[in-house]
Amino acid sequence: MPRLLKLHTYLVLAFLYLPIAVIVALSFNQSRFGVRWTGFTWQWYLRLFHHHRVAVYAENTLIVAVASTLIATVLGTLLALGLYRYSFRLKGAIRFLIYVPVVIPDIVMGVALLLFFAWVRVHTGWLRLSLTTIVLGHVTFQIAYVALVVRSRLAGLDPALEEAAQDLGAGSYATFRHVTLPLILPGVLAGALLAFTLSLDDFVITFFTAGPGSTTLPLYIFGSVKRGVTPEIHALSSILIAATTVGLVLGRALLRRR
Amino acid sequence: MNPTPVVELEGVRKVFDGGTVALDGVTLTVYEGEFFSLLGPSGCGKTTLLRILGGFEVPDAGTVRIAGVDVREVPPYRRPVNTVFQNYALFPHMTVFDNIAFGLRMRRRPPAEVRRKVGWAMELVQIEGLSARRPHELSGGQKQRVALARALVNEPRVLLLDEPLGALDLKLRKQLQIELMRLQMELGTTFVYVTHDQEEALVMSDRMAVMQNGRLEQVGLPEELYERPKTAFVARFLGRSNLIEAHAVAPDRAETPFGPLRVSGGLTPGRRYLLGIRPEKLRLAREPWNRANTVTARVKEIVYTGAENQYILEARGGELVAYTLNADISEPGYEEYDYGETVHVHLPPENLVVIDEPIGDEPRPPAP
Repeated sequence: MPRLLKLHTYLVLAFLYLPIAVIVALSFNQSRFGVRWTGFTWQWYLRLFHHHRVAVYAENTLIVAVASTLIATVLGTLLALGLYRYSFRLKGAIRFLIYVPVVIPDIVMGVALLLFFAWVRVHTGWLRLSLTTIVLGHVTFQIAYVALVVRSRLAGLDPALEEAAQDLGAGSYATFRHVTLPLILPGVLAGALLAFTLSLDDFVITFFTAGPGSTTLPLYIFGSVKRGVTPEIHALSSILIAATTVGLVLGRALLRRR
Repeated sequence: MNPTPVVELEGVRKVFDGGTVALDGVTLTVYEGEFFSLLGPSGCGKTTLLRILGGFEVPDAGTVRIAGVDVREVPPYRRPVNTVFQNYALFPHMTVFDNIAFGLRMRRRPPAEVRRKVGWAMELVQIEGLSARRPHELSGGQKQRVALARALVNEPRVLLLDEPLGALDLKLRKQLQIELMRLQMELGTTFVYVTHDQEEALVMSDRMAVMQNGRLEQVGLPEELYERPKTAFVARFLGRSNLIEAHAVAPDRAETPFGPLRVSGGLTPGRRYLLGIRPEKLRLAREPWNRANTVTARVKEIVYTGAENQYILEARGGELVAYTLNADISEPGYEEYDYGETVHVHLPPENLVVIDEPIGDEPRPPAP
């Protein structure tokens, strides 16, 4: 029985990671077509770096990821703090609502945002589809992830520590600055990294909220794949995989800190 | 010289969400330089009282004055008090030095003064050399000392201590009890000390209060509370007590299940009382006493505790507990008795405490 379980584990791991491994392998393959291995090369990566439009898309992706992560980290942390510290009517409802962006299908979210932005545009002329709307779209789901990560960190915080700070003469701001924030910082950073990686490789919501001139890497990959998969795309995908993996590993390391 | 009041509570009441009455009209004065203990079982309101002094709870009714100032609207960070928290609450992300310096830095003291005072406080609690450590690298006793130094370095008017020795083992506890008393005498700071350990309160306090159900049962000197408990609760909570139901027949005489007993006086004939007597005040003898207040009993249980022999005696009117010193001399009062042996128990009238409290389930009178 344990043997069977072990085998099962390996099968699941293979199922999950083999496709990714194949992509990464193919990004180093000399052959332009097909999946036969003909030799190792960096050329697809080099070509990618000389492709000036890809640089623009990468820039867009990074602008969106950085901006949305900054906004979502501040808002998500505040949300978690509010839920931790205060009790108010509808607190239970809000605690539940946090999970909605996490579980709702991205496509529903994307369509809803698109309709909302269109509605605002019709009435005010604001919110043309652009990088701004992508950022807003990403923030909507990132807040939830940041708030959830920060909340779990806050749950382990001894309330007596904040009281001790006040007892020693620290007002609310000083207490937050010198005690609360340093203690939850690993959670805040982990939440931010998670939000960053989610934004980096988001396709569905970006697809619905992007306008002309605001193509990101995932959108570009999707567009190119329709014309046929090239090794450059494999290289690009591999870079995205590496970036998100680094983000996740850093996030986990931060959360483990005491 | 008249003592100066530092903490004055008047009719303080606190009800928590859900209707639990934590404090039910507490009136209390603590004087400058006193070591004052609040003693009671868990849930009696002693910690709530301390938190009200610290500013972490706001009373629903009543006034609280610290150093003559009504502190109702004063937040914790502007009160002239500091707290030693139950589980120390040391900042885990700061070194010992930074923990102790926190209060001074919050009050923007110059760095030279911070260094000097932190050094003074560390010397005071004998933790020199630990300044670069983090709290997780300290033993329980060391954490306790850091918590003390962190509070005392601010030179508070009143130091609030919430069961500070609760998490330590017995030996360390005894040692720190003595150190706390030494510190308190040396500094002359007023200590308000919350504990559920009756021995700790008796040993350390100048004055103490016993609390139950959000009320002060009795306030006074430790020996007053021990020798002259005013309520059955105090008599039972502080050490052990034989409580005897009595029906007064004269100002100094009452009928009890053990027969008629004489007391030093103060009874109203016709009323019911409890008479309390400490186990170590019972006098045991093999020969009859030929005096009043004598009960004949049989030894039912013997508990050997080292320094004392504790006897559970069965008499016609019920059980009595008696302690005798284990001094190995055969004088009256030091003799040893065997299981089943008949002993003559004398209850000296001057040691019988009259507890003037409604007996049984009669309702208490409302708080004044």
